[in-house]
Amino acid sequence: MSGLRGAFSRVLEIVALPAVILIVWWFASANSESFYSPPLSEIAAAFAPTWFEGRLVSDVLPSVGRMLLGFAIAVGLGVGLGVLIGMFRYVREVLEPVLEFLRAVPPPVLIPVIMLFAGIGDEMKVSVIVLGSIWPVLLNTIEGVRGIDEVLRETATVFRMHPRRRLFKLVLRGASPQIMVGARQTLSLAIILMVVSEMFAASNGLGFTVIQFQRTFHIPEMWTGILVLGVIGAALSLIFSLVEGRVLRWYHGLRNLER
Amino acid sequence: MRRTSTARGRVVRGVCGFAAFLLLLELLPRTGVVNPAYLPPFSEMMAALGRLLTEPEFWAALGNTLLGWAIGLAIATVLGVALGILIGRIAVLRRYTFSTIEFLRPIPSVALVPLAVLIFGAKMQSTLLLVVYASVWPVLLQVIQGVRDVDPVARDTARSFRFSTVTRVRRLDWPSALPYTMTGLRLAASIALILEITGELLIGSPGIGRLIFVAQASAAVPTMYALVVVAGLLGLGMTAVFRAAQRRTMHWHASERREAAA
Repeated sequence: MSGLRGAFSRVLEIVALPAVILIVWWFASANSESFYSPPLSEIAAAFAPTWFEGRLVSDVLPSVGRMLLGFAIAVGLGVGLGVLIGMFRYVREVLEPVLEFLRAVPPPVLIPVIMLFAGIGDEMKVSVIVLGSIWPVLLNTIEGVRGIDEVLRETATVFRMHPRRRLFKLVLRGASPQIMVGARQTLSLAIILMVVSEMFAASNGLGFTVIQFQRTFHIPEMWTGILVLGVIGAALSLIFSLVEGRVLRWYHGLRNLER
Repeated sequence: MRRTSTARGRVVRGVCGFAAFLLLLELLPRTGVVNPAYLPPFSEMMAALGRLLTEPEFWAALGNTLLGWAIGLAIATVLGVALGILIGRIAVLRRYTFSTIEFLRPIPSVALVPLAVLIFGAKMQSTLLLVVYASVWPVLLQVIQGVRDVDPVARDTARSFRFSTVTRVRRLDWPSALPYTMTGLRLAASIALILEITGELLIGSPGIGRLIFVAQASAAVPTMYALVVVAGLLGLGMTAVFRAAQRRTMHWHASERREAAA
């Protein structure tokens, strides 16, 4: 009985505030004459015709596809290069200042630069996402590989662990908490860059569509676009948390034991 | 003795690496490996930067960027700290706001660009909206965590002595949230700079970002690269200042070692 009640109150905690906000928004905007914030009912009515009649395939999928591709390349390259650079002290010390500088450049300013090389097609957007979002995962991997326990490292050497086993069981596993912290920042940068690159120069995609709605004063449709972007951001972050929980289960278990 | 020599070696290697990077930037276009129309030699970028430094427009833009960044960060910090202490202190609030915060936080703030443009036009306020929205979350979450971190014994003691709420916030919640706040502030500072320059680039509000857009539109490639370098230096300087400030004010606190996980 109390278990059921506990579950009920937990659901209530999750749903209550969003429900209140939506209800307040609904009634507060019901008679809205304001051009910029139309009634929520109008936005809701515009939602299905705006997105489910073609745009889901023609705009949302290409955007999310480019974003995921860019994110995957950034994480793959970042972890690969990060392991290489992190394992050799001299390489790390030579490259670190350059990498720190490149990381400090606000990523969206890369868009005009990369447009020079790659035009405004898909290659440009994926390159922008990769080059703009790789830095957190790269630098965190370097840091994580560097911080692997000295005793573990020497133990692996003494036991003559096979290099491949050493890479997966010692280096990657040891650096994975740091890698995941970096990958999370990379993900949020990738989403921002997806939207910005499309707003800057594109002929399809979410960012392009939302800006287009704004320029043609389709205000309820513009609001639905903002909502879609929000839902995508929240969904990706949720998926990332689930993956992170699985990858780092050993680490969280260890930390709980230490407490 | 040994230690100083390795530290010096590190600096020397870092400087060599950076010099090699700059040399590469000079040689790749000079030898034609990369088309110099797309990537001008480093010396031309620096010449363009030199010209920029003599132009009052550049300094005005730099001032606008820094001003927008500072105002946005200040608003986000005040909001984040105030809400964070409130939510962190009251368990019911914490439980009921959790889902909303977790939904709102990952929304890319650039999604608000069209709305900001409609309401404010190509003005500083549009960019300010983006900056505040993006940088309030790290501060808020860090402060909530910090307030939760108050030593339970100290909390109970304060309660037994019937300290007033104001005293408890000042003597208990604020000091234990401070190291977390500094971490949040540092994260927020670099996010705020990214959004400030993105806003200028996309919306056209005054600042370095708009100069980059203008340089791109008028095909002034070396100038564009010079401005990108300026943006990078801004980011680098900001990180350095906040790291130093954090180290100086918080060197006594153990969170200095844990903050990487935040």
